[in-house]
Amino acid sequence: MSAYPGTDLRRGYRYWVTFSTLLQKEVLRFSRIWVQTILPSAITTMLYFVVFGRLIGDRIGSMDGFAYMDFIVPGLALMAVITNAYSNVVSSFYSSKFSRYVEELLVSPAPPWVILAGYVAGGVARGVTVGIVVMLVAMFFTDVAPHSWLITFSVFVLTAVLFALGGFINAVFANSFDDISIVPTFVLAPLTYLGGVFYSIELLPEFWQWVSLLNPVLYMVNAFRYGLLGTTDIPLVMAFLIIAVFIAVLGALSLRLLQRGVGIKQ
Amino acid sequence: MHALVVEQLRKVYQSGFEALQGVDLTVEEGDFFALLGPNGAGKSTLIGVVTSLVNKTSGRVRVFGHDLDTEPEAVKACLGVVPQEFNFNLFLPVAEVVINQAGYFGIPRREAKQRAEFYLRKLDLWERRRSEMRLLSGGMKRRLMIARALVHRPKLLILDEPTAGVDIEIRRAMWDYLRQLNAEGTTIILTTHYLEEAESLCRSIAMIDHGRIAAVADTQALLAELDAEAFVLNLSAPLAVAPSLPGFDVARLDATTLEAQLHRGQTLNELFAALRATGIEVASMRNKQNRLEQLFLEMVDRGRSAPAQAA
Repeated sequence: MSAYPGTDLRRGYRYWVTFSTLLQKEVLRFSRIWVQTILPSAITTMLYFVVFGRLIGDRIGSMDGFAYMDFIVPGLALMAVITNAYSNVVSSFYSSKFSRYVEELLVSPAPPWVILAGYVAGGVARGVTVGIVVMLVAMFFTDVAPHSWLITFSVFVLTAVLFALGGFINAVFANSFDDISIVPTFVLAPLTYLGGVFYSIELLPEFWQWVSLLNPVLYMVNAFRYGLLGTTDIPLVMAFLIIAVFIAVLGALSLRLLQRGVGIKQ
Repeated sequence: MHALVVEQLRKVYQSGFEALQGVDLTVEEGDFFALLGPNGAGKSTLIGVVTSLVNKTSGRVRVFGHDLDTEPEAVKACLGVVPQEFNFNLFLPVAEVVINQAGYFGIPRREAKQRAEFYLRKLDLWERRRSEMRLLSGGMKRRLMIARALVHRPKLLILDEPTAGVDIEIRRAMWDYLRQLNAEGTTIILTTHYLEEAESLCRSIAMIDHGRIAAVADTQALLAELDAEAFVLNLSAPLAVAPSLPGFDVARLDATTLEAQLHRGQTLNELFAALRATGIEVASMRNKQNRLEQLFLEMVDRGRSAPAQAA
């Protein structure tokens, strides 16, 4: 006789309750400190639009047939998604490690994949929330409207999933609060800025175009740009394939780390 | 039924330190069980392995018949854990900590709220339910850890030093509540440095030293093994030298204090009679040390000298 009985349906319901508890906890966490989590991206984006769009953008002219301010909207929105999905998971999971309240989850019957899904969903919730706020700001400065809602939304969510997983792996290996800011500063920021947020890679010499193709962020920005503007430097299928492969690899690695208790169990 | 069976459990940390060296332990359902041992003996590691907070190196753990390796979810569902160190999100309100924990165990939110209210009231924390964790006193945090561990109604409650740093009044209240839980059917295992706590609460005791179980026995049977018990006697009048009492070991600590050893078969009445016969009046008396503490030290000494003799 099992002490934790039930059919697969009951088991599935328990997993759902655990997942939704984690998600609710994460949403409450970043909502309570919205001045630190949601507002900064809105203000930064506004500054980008004012400086690069209004003041400098008029002198740049058009890019890929679009006004420069319109051209940078997808990249700026996706940059906000990337940064926020990543930082939500890295700071939340590292804090739970640092203050040891991750043990609340480790002693519970929740399987590792449900715990991972809960944290990733929290990161996606913040990434998408901030992304939507940035899009609302963008609509104030531009006339951009989605070319394809489906592609726009799916790239939004998939990018958030990918970088939430990245944040989780960073948190697993982090041994101090300094460690959780190293990757965003020295890896994420260069990848994002060089990922075609502010320019089309067709402007680059051939060698640098080739180098740019090694940057996964480029594929996400271009897929999202297609969703919003209907233009891209990269074939759309290739972009989705790259995102899917990265999610599969980082997801498998995250799950393995959690199952083995790396960084959280002795 | 066995609540917990641990077989040949070993844990070697990355540093090479072997915290558990083949521990075998069985705890019966419904027992109130104490795990005693000096610092670094392996108590917390043993609890860590059972509760999935520490990865074992080898061995087997079963909780109510469920194997930790093959049925971890079933094992965890049976267990409630009160760790030694505070492990809270200090910025969460008290009630949310308990409700979230219920959620992690798959208890729907409405029921989780009802259970949180029940246990917070039981542990006298309901009035502080909206306070952030960081604003609670040490005693309140200890009680909250118990509420959190009970919210999914575990069959086996494991407490690692539950009353460390708690004042006497709260400690007694916690003891009463633990006794009540045990009487209602919850099996309880606790580690403690307060041997009085183990003597007062627990029916069975295991002594662990250097990662090995040195002894497991019924508490009363263990105490019956004591060869001698020491008492400190405060005298009504000063003495210049220690009195000579045939059959009793009596030492003079200072002018008004004696230490007397009572061996098995000797009674306090006999000691007082012998003292009165030499004109000595006792004003007050106390145990020199807790009986269990004395027994524990004897057993640890025996355990340590055995390998040396063998060598």
